[in-house]
Amino acid sequence: MLPAALFGAVYVPNFILQAIGRSEPELRTQPLAIIDGPPPTYQVVALNRLAEILGVARGMTKAAVSQFAQVTIRTRCRVREEAAHAALLDVAWSITPRVEDAALDTLLIDISGLTSLFGDARTIAREIASRASTFGMHVHVAISANVETARIVARALPGPTIVPAGEERRFLETLPVRMLSPSQELSDIFDRWGVTTCKALASLPVLSLSECVGQEGVRLQAIASGKGMRPLLLAEPAQHFEEWFELDEAVDDLEALSFLLGRLLDQLSARLSARALSIAAVQINFELQPSFDKAFDTSRELLRVKPTARTFSCNLELPVPTRDSKLLLKLLRLRLQSRPPDAPIQKINMAAQSSLARVTQGSLFVPTAPDPDKLELTIARIAAVVGEGNVGSPQLLDSHRPDAFHMQKFSIATAEVHASGRASKRFTKNNLQNGSNYHSPTETPAIALHVFRPPVPARVRLQGNKPVFASFQGCSGKVVHASGPWRSSGQWWEDKPWQEDAWDLEIIFSGESPATHRGLYRFCYDGLQEKWFVRGVYD
Amino acid sequence: MLATSNALRLHVESALAGRIASPFRFQEPQPITASVGISAVDQLAGGLPRGCLTEVFGGISSGITSLLQAALAARTANAEVCALVDAQDSFAPGCAQFAGVSLQQLLWVRCRNVNQALRSVDLLLHGGGFSLVAVDLSGAPARLVRQIPLSFWFRLRRTVENTSTILLVLSRESNAKTCASLVLRMEREAVRWSLQDRQYPSPDFHTPASLLDGWTTAAEMIRSKARRKNNVAMIGCAKTFANQDAETARFDLRSNYFLSVDSAGGNPLLPSQPNHLENERTQNFG
Repeated sequence: MLPAALFGAVYVPNFILQAIGRSEPELRTQPLAIIDGPPPTYQVVALNRLAEILGVARGMTKAAVSQFAQVTIRTRCRVREEAAHAALLDVAWSITPRVEDAALDTLLIDISGLTSLFGDARTIAREIASRASTFGMHVHVAISANVETARIVARALPGPTIVPAGEERRFLETLPVRMLSPSQELSDIFDRWGVTTCKALASLPVLSLSECVGQEGVRLQAIASGKGMRPLLLAEPAQHFEEWFELDEAVDDLEALSFLLGRLLDQLSARLSARALSIAAVQINFELQPSFDKAFDTSRELLRVKPTARTFSCNLELPVPTRDSKLLLKLLRLRLQSRPPDAPIQKINMAAQSSLARVTQGSLFVPTAPDPDKLELTIARIAAVVGEGNVGSPQLLDSHRPDAFHMQKFSIATAEVHASGRASKRFTKNNLQNGSNYHSPTETPAIALHVFRPPVPARVRLQGNKPVFASFQGCSGKVVHASGPWRSSGQWWEDKPWQEDAWDLEIIFSGESPATHRGLYRFCYDGLQEKWFVRGVYD
Repeated sequence: MLATSNALRLHVESALAGRIASPFRFQEPQPITASVGISAVDQLAGGLPRGCLTEVFGGISSGITSLLQAALAARTANAEVCALVDAQDSFAPGCAQFAGVSLQQLLWVRCRNVNQALRSVDLLLHGGGFSLVAVDLSGAPARLVRQIPLSFWFRLRRTVENTSTILLVLSRESNAKTCASLVLRMEREAVRWSLQDRQYPSPDFHTPASLLDGWTTAAEMIRSKARRKNNVAMIGCAKTFANQDAETARFDLRSNYFLSVDSAGGNPLLPSQPNHLENERTQNFG
């Protein structure tokens, strides 16, 4: 026997207002009116209870609302509504993957079989309302065996409402017909007939109704009598997470900007947490205030053309996914401190690339390593001190050019993989024979070269093509041993050729005690520049 | 009461005689040590103490960078993550890789001055988690390194305390004073050159120059928290020489391009000269 189908409807009352209140929670406790419309004729499209008490009403013009000094006026923001809608979808997907995106403010979900996971229907309804409230939204939830009944009841009744199976008609009969969202033509017909409630509509004879208003009327009657069954049109879970914030006045202060960024990161982090995902990368696009260069230019061409806003992008890629919004904020702050936007910011768009959360298990045989999140922050702080490209892990290039390497981002994940590989190799007896370069302490350690970057210019006196005297950086001395030349060249087929003769020299510097000032240096003669350099000292 | 406690103490000491030397004497726990990667230095100092500051100093070509390289190789071979704060951007990754350092496990901070290096090491130690944090101040002007206040060294010492991090500081002179748990002074001794005054069958192989094979370095333990020195310094004496050999380790450093007979099996570039094969270079620099 198949379990009985159970559907839920989630409805956000006063959605326009809640979308604004989600990104600016402090406005919830103030009289607030949302205006919309073509520029000269703004009208109030949404308002909260506090504004209503003060006397503001829907349809009032902006000029009229401005008379109420206590009322905060905000322009309707479609992108914020879309972000709020996406957040609402994330709430629903955190409960079940079977979700229908019915409208911006309404979602229908299939909760069949979830009772073993969450509890009874009322518990599920409370859980949905609780999760929505963490996203800053107050929702109506209705649960019924009939999807249309759930949708209509959620729009009509506040709070969690459970419609028992078979009692759909009882819940619907007192509701007005307009709750069924009939077309304007049908609505007029029902008005002429005096059919104002669902009960009245449900009591009409089906054949006569079909003859008079067609199949649409029959469908509405079925819904009004709690019998209108239909399958859900499932929405595919989105993998793109985006939040917007539009500022009334442009911001150029990093402190104020951090506050807004932190709020957006909190929202993104909460949305990804609800989906059991983590943030792998964050991209921020700032819409900058147009520059004032042409503010006083009143030429016709410029007046006709609408100035396009400049944008500033900032990317943050993380080696390991995280949900720690505070960590992300610190990283973003460091990034923006090192490379700030060149104009005040009037709009923020933050997008997160999602990834599965990192799952790790410690091993008894692998030593502890830095915490990846903490390490990322430490590296970012060090990069702010020494420069972006001066911290990382060196990677040798496939070249014979001396000192050929490039810096790559140090990632603890890569290091751990490499380290665990080496650790496992340690337990094999033939470690050294398997390609590892490590020489055990019993072997003779290798000489290190202390490199001079850039190479230090030097003067070298030759005798029989062999250096006998060298001087650099104000020091000069006699060459007692010389080894070379070690000739190498390359990239002559490109625009940066190189050619050098390398020498290992042991020098006794004059004027000082020979016992303490003998040095072993690596010199090189640049064949293209025809100059001598000191590349480093063996140390 | 006093007589009773004394009797009890004597009873316990006599019962534990031969097993525990002085059961009522507080003994500071010895730090856990890790191998330097050079057996002679390991035998001398017992390895690098974790949770402590170790200072290694020496003149030019004394081998301090080689010791750093060996320590990095040993730690990374043990699957540990290391960091190197390079005050003058003088680290050679090519040589390090040849010496066995796993570069993927090394965080290299390339600084331009001492100030950057000190700030970086402070951040790294507070970040935590590294097995070895090395600070190479050997390339920095000695005058600037000398100006680092002692309070900073104390701060570093306090930061690494009770952690498993080895803080290794390299410089040309000793600066950390009593903040360092282990101080090693390194000095270069005999340099080994080969192929001197040797005639080659063809000038295509080599010019008539000598080849650097390596040198011997002496590491003297100036101070060790784990191992007390046997000799006693006299007031007014700059240096004591009693048991000096016991506090000094000598070890050889080999050139990066030197391959022994066992590993190379002879140099194919040269005609058969069995007496000198072991000293031949087999690859060119770069």
